[in-house]
Amino acid sequence: MDLLAIVRIALRALGRNKMRSILTMLGIIIGVGAVIAMLGVGQGARQTVQEQIQAMGSNLLFVGAGTVTRSGMHMGWGSTKSLIYDDMLAIMRECPAAHTAAPGSSSSGQVVFGNDNWATRVNGTEPQYFDIRTWPFQEGTSFTQNDVEMAANVAVIGETVRKNLFGATDSIGQTIRINNLPFRVVGVLVPKGTSAAMGDDQDDIIIVPITTLQKKMTGQNWLRWIMVSAVSRQASYAAQQQIAALLRDRHRIRPGADDDFFVRNLADLADVADEAGRVMTLLLASIAAVSLIVGGIGIMNIMLVSVTERTREIGVRMAVGATERDVQQQFLTEAVVLSLFGGGMGILFGLSASYLITKTLGWPVLVSPVVIVIAVLFSMAVGVFFGFYPARRAAQLDPIEALRYE
Amino acid sequence: MATTSQPDMKATIKQDHETIILVREVHKYYELGETRVHALRGVSIEIKRGEFVTIMGASGSGKSTFMNILGCLDKPSAGRYLLENIEVSSLSKKELAAIRNHKIGFVFQGFNLLARTTALENVELPTLYARISKAEGEKRSREALALVGLGDRVAHFPSQLSGGQQQRVAIARALVNRPSILLADEPTGNLDSRTSVEIMDIFQNLNDEGLTIVLVTHEPDIARFAKRSIQFRDGRIHRDERIQTRPRASEVIQNLPKLED
Repeated sequence: MDLLAIVRIALRALGRNKMRSILTMLGIIIGVGAVIAMLGVGQGARQTVQEQIQAMGSNLLFVGAGTVTRSGMHMGWGSTKSLIYDDMLAIMRECPAAHTAAPGSSSSGQVVFGNDNWATRVNGTEPQYFDIRTWPFQEGTSFTQNDVEMAANVAVIGETVRKNLFGATDSIGQTIRINNLPFRVVGVLVPKGTSAAMGDDQDDIIIVPITTLQKKMTGQNWLRWIMVSAVSRQASYAAQQQIAALLRDRHRIRPGADDDFFVRNLADLADVADEAGRVMTLLLASIAAVSLIVGGIGIMNIMLVSVTERTREIGVRMAVGATERDVQQQFLTEAVVLSLFGGGMGILFGLSASYLITKTLGWPVLVSPVVIVIAVLFSMAVGVFFGFYPARRAAQLDPIEALRYE
Repeated sequence: MATTSQPDMKATIKQDHETIILVREVHKYYELGETRVHALRGVSIEIKRGEFVTIMGASGSGKSTFMNILGCLDKPSAGRYLLENIEVSSLSKKELAAIRNHKIGFVFQGFNLLARTTALENVELPTLYARISKAEGEKRSREALALVGLGDRVAHFPSQLSGGQQQRVAIARALVNRPSILLADEPTGNLDSRTSVEIMDIFQNLNDEGLTIVLVTHEPDIARFAKRSIQFRDGRIHRDERIQTRPRASEVIQNLPKLED
């Protein structure tokens, strides 16, 4: 018998029990749909995280002042005072893999403009910081190296700060007060949004010259961090090694002793975030795959019922010349047709679910064609796997017994 | 080749007197738990092309077992069975399926038509498993239905047909692959007496055309329409005789009351 005839017979047999066929397919529809939607959500989330990390600059290195344990008490980040401005100059001078570096220190402050006020983080750095982080301005410009040398009272503000203090008013050239110290706004940064890797609002920030922060606000002359850009993404690992070695040497840390700083590589961070995204996608998809297996069991169940119900039909078919192979093919085809139809509808269901998630949650959902192809193949495999046993049972019926079956 | 004369056979039959079924010392045992049931105890028989044989016997006499072996649904435990000179007992399951498809037509007591499937599609069933085209299969099926007088009922479902009509569809199905032999297992068992005679009329006509028929029945009224009667008892052939005065079913019908009466 040719394949077309077999499929036609299978379709007719399934058509005789429409309600039952549709209910059986529903298991596969939900299974395939869930797998597609979940994979889509996971892929979308991964892509978003990667884009945000790329936006931060993938050749970025973050050198932070370390933690230290004094008299058995563990102090927080930045509790060491050993990271200093000269370290940054040394990195620029002695690490060939490092391209540019910017020093940094942080504080927090209450910012006031007119009747509005806002509590935010205040970072002190140098103008090259904006290049290293590839962070452009939507209005105005950066403060200058001259401002740094003069410890001028100038500030660059993030979008969140601008919105809360100025709203629709023009902010450039206005004077704001940070902890009662007047600052002139020279630039507004382009919004970066919430950091996917860290989860904080990157636009809720004010950036001032480091000298201004150190001399007029915190009174500290050490750094909390140094931001370094490597010459390329590939060089970022080498830069990390070079900086660590240099700083251990400069801080006279004995071999075996703990660092009093840490160097974080954003390329690594990207990998970690990607790995986390992959694991999440896999987790979602495996939970969805469970429903696909349940759907497969549904097919097996119905096929077993069908074989029992149609015992006499099987007997007649064998009596008029159907071989074991013919009978097996017939029932296997029915199972595969069920699962393939279910798979097809499941794809539509999964795509519409993805579309709905994108629309309502504003979450990007990426459904790749590969996923659809895999879904089709997988649902077919479910049909073959779960249809095989019932089909085998049908084929191995004794025609005499089958014809006598009531 | 045997040359026994069979005066009531028509001269138009090709290759008459050719042996079509040859059974020699066939035994069949079943294992039922500890006990062994001896269903056939050495059956030997020869059936020639163009014969019309009825097999009679009480239940448990071995006639059903014998029919299953004749129909290649079962194999003998011992002994030989040659169908058109093919040694059936040595064939594989797949080869047996092909024999059933090409050489044997089955008619059952319970009709065994597929429900919710038209008469035409039911008749087409054996052609699906034969190596013939779809178009050829449909053409032959229409011819077979016309032959049993149901040319105008091809699109009817079994539920829309009377018992006699359903059995005629089943006969058309048995004929569609042009078998060498038609095996009927109590084909009139579920039918009233008038319809039973109508079915026997079809069988007599088919036999006149040269078709070999073996029919199991326990009704002597039905058995008398055949040419030869074989009686089974306790797994053996008890009696094997020619029927001397065979009535024509078409004439008997004239004397039967119609259903409407």
